[in-house]
Amino acid sequence: MRQRAASIFIAVLAASLLLGASSAHAIAYTQMPTPQLEARYLHLIRNFRCMQCQDESLADSPVDLAAEMRRHIRDMLLAGKTDQQIREFMVSRYGYFILFKPPFVAKTAWLWLTPGAVLLLGVITALVIIRKRAVLVTSDPQDDDLTDA
Amino acid sequence: MSRFVNRFTVPLAIFAVLVVVFAIGIKDSPQKDLIPSPLIGKPAPAFALPSLTDPGRKVTSAQYRGHWYLFNIWGTWCIDCRIEQPMLLKIKQAGIIPIVGLDWKDDPKDARTYLKQAGDPYQSIGMDQDGAEAIMWGAYGAPETFLVNPEGIVVYKRIGPITERAWEQDILPRLPLTSTPDSASSS
Repeated sequence: MRQRAASIFIAVLAASLLLGASSAHAIAYTQMPTPQLEARYLHLIRNFRCMQCQDESLADSPVDLAAEMRRHIRDMLLAGKTDQQIREFMVSRYGYFILFKPPFVAKTAWLWLTPGAVLLLGVITALVIIRKRAVLVTSDPQDDDLTDA
Repeated sequence: MSRFVNRFTVPLAIFAVLVVVFAIGIKDSPQKDLIPSPLIGKPAPAFALPSLTDPGRKVTSAQYRGHWYLFNIWGTWCIDCRIEQPMLLKIKQAGIIPIVGLDWKDDPKDARTYLKQAGDPYQSIGMDQDGAEAIMWGAYGAPETFLVNPEGIVVYKRIGPITERAWEQDILPRLPLTSTPDSASSS
């Protein structure tokens, strides 16, 4: 019974947090004329960084500059520009920094490759340790000091 | 001895590497504010803006073809621009390079009053009341200043107020030695 009450409490808490988050992020924007344009617009503004707050997207940021950028993106969409053209425009003015997901080019290669390299290193290290311990256990069952000598 | 090496060297080495990585990250983090402009080496945006000081006239990039100029983004609401103001007046007095202003998201009346009181360092000022022009220049704060050469190429961008040092070390050396004949007479 107590467990049940606890789980209800957690569910209510989670729901209130989710609702709170969505209302906090509500930023006035003009509706696009078609659902397709609306979807493209929302997708675009979620993937550009706000240059003044840096860790928020254009969709989330309340600052004036973000509002102007959203309007500019909307104008470009209404003028018939493709998503690619809009991205290229934003990058031409603000650099790759404005993209939350930077492209894989020579300049950003290290950014994409480092996590994989570190993971590989971790896996290799883990394998080496596991192998060593396995050898240790089979060769010397009496030795409870698990270090190799 | 070999036991000690096995157990401690590898974690210690990883720790040392992490210390270096984080030290660099902490040391360089203030530079997050200074994002290099992709416009450097590229043509400056073409503009044709309503003039702040000369209503009915336009301030255009075509007027500055063949001339070096500084393109300074400012607004009366911007504190750092007020800090920069005396330096801009000094640059105007030096007479080496004209300053074109972009009055960003400002009330033109406020801007005119401000310039009357504080002094007007600009050769001409374009108005950008809705902020559309500033996006063309990739501006994300004020003041920002671009140095544009006679071919219309951006050669340098300064984020934040132009200091004496920035003027002497970053802007002057980029200008040709004999820019204007009257530059020698003024200090």
